[in-house]
Amino acid sequence: MNTIAARGIVPEPIARQPWEMLIPLLLITGFGGLVLYSAGGGSMQPFAMSHFIRFLVFSVMAAIIASMPRDAVRVLTYPAYLAVLVMLLGVEIVGQVGGGSQRWLEAGPIRIQPSEIMKPAVVLAMARFYETLPAGMIGSWRSLVPSGMLIVLPISLVLLQPDLGTSVAIAFGGVVVMFLAGLPLWWFLLAGGTGIAAMPLIYFFALRPYQQARVTTFLDPENDPLGAGYHIAQSKIAIGSGGLFGKGFNNGTQSHLNYLPEPHTDFVFASMAEEWGLVGGLFVLTMYALILRWGWKVANESQDRFCALLAAGATATIFFYIAINLLMVMGMAPAKGIPLPWMSHGGSSMMTNMICIGLLMMVNRWNRMAPRRGLTV
Amino acid sequence: MKIPFLRDGPERTPRMINASILRSSFERRGLLIGAVQGGVGVLLALRLGYLAIAENEKYRLESESNRVNLTLVPPRRGWILDRNGAPLASNRADFRVDLIPERLVDADATIDRLGQLLSLEPARIADIKDKVSTARGFQPVEVASGLGYEQFAALSVRLPDLPGVVPQRGFSRFYPTASSVGHLIGYVGPASAEEYEKDPNPLLITPGYKIGKDGLEKQFEKELRGVPGARRVEVTAGGRIVRDLETREDVQGAPIKLTIDGPLQDYAARRIGLESGSVVVMDCRSGDLLCMASMPSFDPNSFSDGIGGVEYAMLRDDERVPLRNKVLKGLYPPGSTVKPMVSMAFMQAGIDPNETVFCGGGLQVGNRRFGCWNRRGHGSVDMAKGIYQSCDVYFYAMAQRVGMDPIAAMARRCGMGQEFPLPVTSQFFGTVPDPAWKMKKWGREWQAFDTVNATIGQGYMLSSPLQLAVMASRLATGRHVMPRLTLDTKPQGFDKIDFPAEQVEYVRKAMSDVVNGPGTAGRARLPIDGTLMAGKTGTAQVVSLSISNGKSGPWKYRDHGLFIFFAPYDNPRYAGAVVIEHGGGSGSAYPIARDVMTFLFDPAKGLEALAALEAGWGGTAQQRLEARYAAYAAERGASVSRPPRREEEIFDRVEAEARRAATQPEAIADEVIAPRPEANPSGTPPGAAPAPQAAAPAATAPAAPSAEISE
Repeated sequence: MNTIAARGIVPEPIARQPWEMLIPLLLITGFGGLVLYSAGGGSMQPFAMSHFIRFLVFSVMAAIIASMPRDAVRVLTYPAYLAVLVMLLGVEIVGQVGGGSQRWLEAGPIRIQPSEIMKPAVVLAMARFYETLPAGMIGSWRSLVPSGMLIVLPISLVLLQPDLGTSVAIAFGGVVVMFLAGLPLWWFLLAGGTGIAAMPLIYFFALRPYQQARVTTFLDPENDPLGAGYHIAQSKIAIGSGGLFGKGFNNGTQSHLNYLPEPHTDFVFASMAEEWGLVGGLFVLTMYALILRWGWKVANESQDRFCALLAAGATATIFFYIAINLLMVMGMAPAKGIPLPWMSHGGSSMMTNMICIGLLMMVNRWNRMAPRRGLTV
Repeated sequence: MKIPFLRDGPERTPRMINASILRSSFERRGLLIGAVQGGVGVLLALRLGYLAIAENEKYRLESESNRVNLTLVPPRRGWILDRNGAPLASNRADFRVDLIPERLVDADATIDRLGQLLSLEPARIADIKDKVSTARGFQPVEVASGLGYEQFAALSVRLPDLPGVVPQRGFSRFYPTASSVGHLIGYVGPASAEEYEKDPNPLLITPGYKIGKDGLEKQFEKELRGVPGARRVEVTAGGRIVRDLETREDVQGAPIKLTIDGPLQDYAARRIGLESGSVVVMDCRSGDLLCMASMPSFDPNSFSDGIGGVEYAMLRDDERVPLRNKVLKGLYPPGSTVKPMVSMAFMQAGIDPNETVFCGGGLQVGNRRFGCWNRRGHGSVDMAKGIYQSCDVYFYAMAQRVGMDPIAAMARRCGMGQEFPLPVTSQFFGTVPDPAWKMKKWGREWQAFDTVNATIGQGYMLSSPLQLAVMASRLATGRHVMPRLTLDTKPQGFDKIDFPAEQVEYVRKAMSDVVNGPGTAGRARLPIDGTLMAGKTGTAQVVSLSISNGKSGPWKYRDHGLFIFFAPYDNPRYAGAVVIEHGGGSGSAYPIARDVMTFLFDPAKGLEALAALEAGWGGTAQQRLEARYAAYAAERGASVSRPPRREEEIFDRVEAEARRAATQPEAIADEVIAPRPEANPSGTPPGAAPAPQAAAPAATAPAAPSAEISE
């Protein structure tokens, strides 16, 4: 499977690493650092340096995750899920005590956002659940209700924060695992149909005014060019004005003159496209495609149900970030604080995505150690 | 798709789900999700390409318009020059500060802070707050101009804490002779919302840009404006300027060259002194208006900074109406100054100037007796004596013979009731009454006393100082002199001869005798050897004798003093008119004419006379205006009244008041005027005039009189 290993020059511990994912990952992170360097006004501070440092720190974390043994993971899955759930509860309690809403817990200098960790945690727990669920029970209520609870509990807590975007991200990962676990297709169709029918009700009764504004702005951005629609309008200007090859490194006017809001976090792709043009944009898309393709490959090569579902769920979680962020900056989804993996400046999303990468590498390692055992579970 | 309830009964068998089925389901569904993801990827790539390639041009433009800010550089306003090229209105480079109300975060705090930094007076701060609270968003409000560099620098470093404050280098309008040219030149000010709506030129809302608001500044706005320069700068979203991209220089507005003689204008304005009145001097060889002074006046320099509440209140409350241009919008009964003109009408009607009339102090017409101002009578009076002694009986008698129509026609020919083609915002043309006019306007028959009144310039007759000056020029030259105000227009009317030379000679001589002979204005003689001034006095009564004797009592009931003149009398070069409102008689007018003409021929001698007078008055007109303002502000400063929102309100008010004032003499038009004694140092001493006796009973005053005036 590894072409480099075949040459026999490179030492085996290095050669066996999944370079087809690592090289795009390093390239995209490096490119992200370059964009942040420009967004920081042509300097490593304040964005690019911390971006690289975080990547290194979380790479170590991913390596540790990747080296975990299968049995330990199986044992630790539910306790980990519970721990994160307790942390989410903790956020609520601290928020209530401290007054006002907040999304993180503070432990010394480290600020942890439990809702971010919950994304891979839900995927893990769901994969574990369907692994242990006897095949015959798929299609019965017992295949749905416990796993549904696994999703609904954290989502309810995150919605209380309130953080709609992260809730949807958690649900997305969980639902993808459910779908791949083989639950009857018509359940999904029914749920989707109900969801579409319920959308007006959700819009009018469940969303807060600022969330409603996001939706209306998305549907009619010209309506409010200086208000909520301003961000997306400026983002489209940044991307569109870049053209084929962009304005050149450090020459972006939209980002450098502050027209583009959040040029280093949510709208980092617009920052990039302004300076690097369509070529830069296609490069980024290609890198993401390579990483995600590798994720699917890992899932397909998995020997057991747990690994397959876990790998697919982690890939889906990464995909969700990328897709929502890019759809948003190009004006095809409502503006929502979802950062772009490995490019946006920010620790939480870097951590979540690196956990997912770590989990994928872990599964990949297991796959390599014990080739697929055919039809047995 | 295995939807259970859609299946038919018999074929339905419970399906055994095992691991391999799940595995293949996983692979199929994984492929589906992968395909969806790939589809999203393709969609993103297409969208990216669409934005970056197909819509590139649109977005590149929008990005440029974001980045590049085009600031207009207000053009320097064209100068207004006098006939010798000296500026009556110029520009002074200065530092200024404006507020953009829209961008203010905490308006009151910002203005207080500015007031502290720039040490503004409390009244000024109150004015600014008032303006900001009512201004529309885009309209800049001027805080201060003419700042020193230190103040400017002190403010500039604090700008980050003062959003909405715009300091800049600019030019402000400067009028060197200040109040002397106030009415003539007008002033400038920021465009109002209405003006911007009429002319939506972005220049009008550029901070610090001012347009003409009154007088010549308004009239020549198009010529004076110039072409704005432009400065392209790169700005951040917050509006901070990053760097200059390119700058185009402005083109200064064209200068306007007036026929006005700046020093003469200033001299005449100052010579009016404590009186309220106007002086018009024309060059009778070209029709050039050399001087159109109207006092008291306002300081256009301070008006151009924005009219302050205290200053406006002071000007508005002054009964001498400093906001009205009396040269064009003051209408007065011309009094005896019409007598030379009436004499011309007599000669045209065939009356021999040597024919005499006996004046016994009055004339019996029908069952009425009309008095001469000299109750003891002038004895035997010919036309010349009628003019220089201003004998009323001579004119009563001759007018009975020729009738009103030839006199009215002659009055119009001499410029009364006429509008002149001058570049002024508004001029009133007064009234020349005749039988047809009276019937149309009042619905009453023309009476004998109407003719009597008209021949002595009373009754319904009204004219402006400008018209009187034109009359003087036409009498002096015999030609149809048209006044002109700008040097680029052609002198007009000199090809048209109004009067035969011998008649002109005769009237010139008689008018010379008014001053230099046994006339009514002996003290008007020029203190210059060999230069003789000719003139004619006039005293116009404004209220009936039962209210005031015209000499003392309330100011507004006193007689107007008038004087028309030209010099040298035998070869006229200059002609003009002086009108002093409620001056108490012609004695208030002709000394001013004398000094103004002296200044024209011998500036040193003229200034000497003025210096002595100004020492007694307490300084020049401008100094007195400033002192008055200081006193007024000290007294009323605590309660600042609001200045009008729009300059138009000021003009409407001034115009309305001018129209009302013009109707004042009409109240007595329906009665016989008992002429007032003419100032006559060589003749009757003023105190010796006999008490007025046979004034006809006052007819009912017209209910709502309104002078026939126009703009």
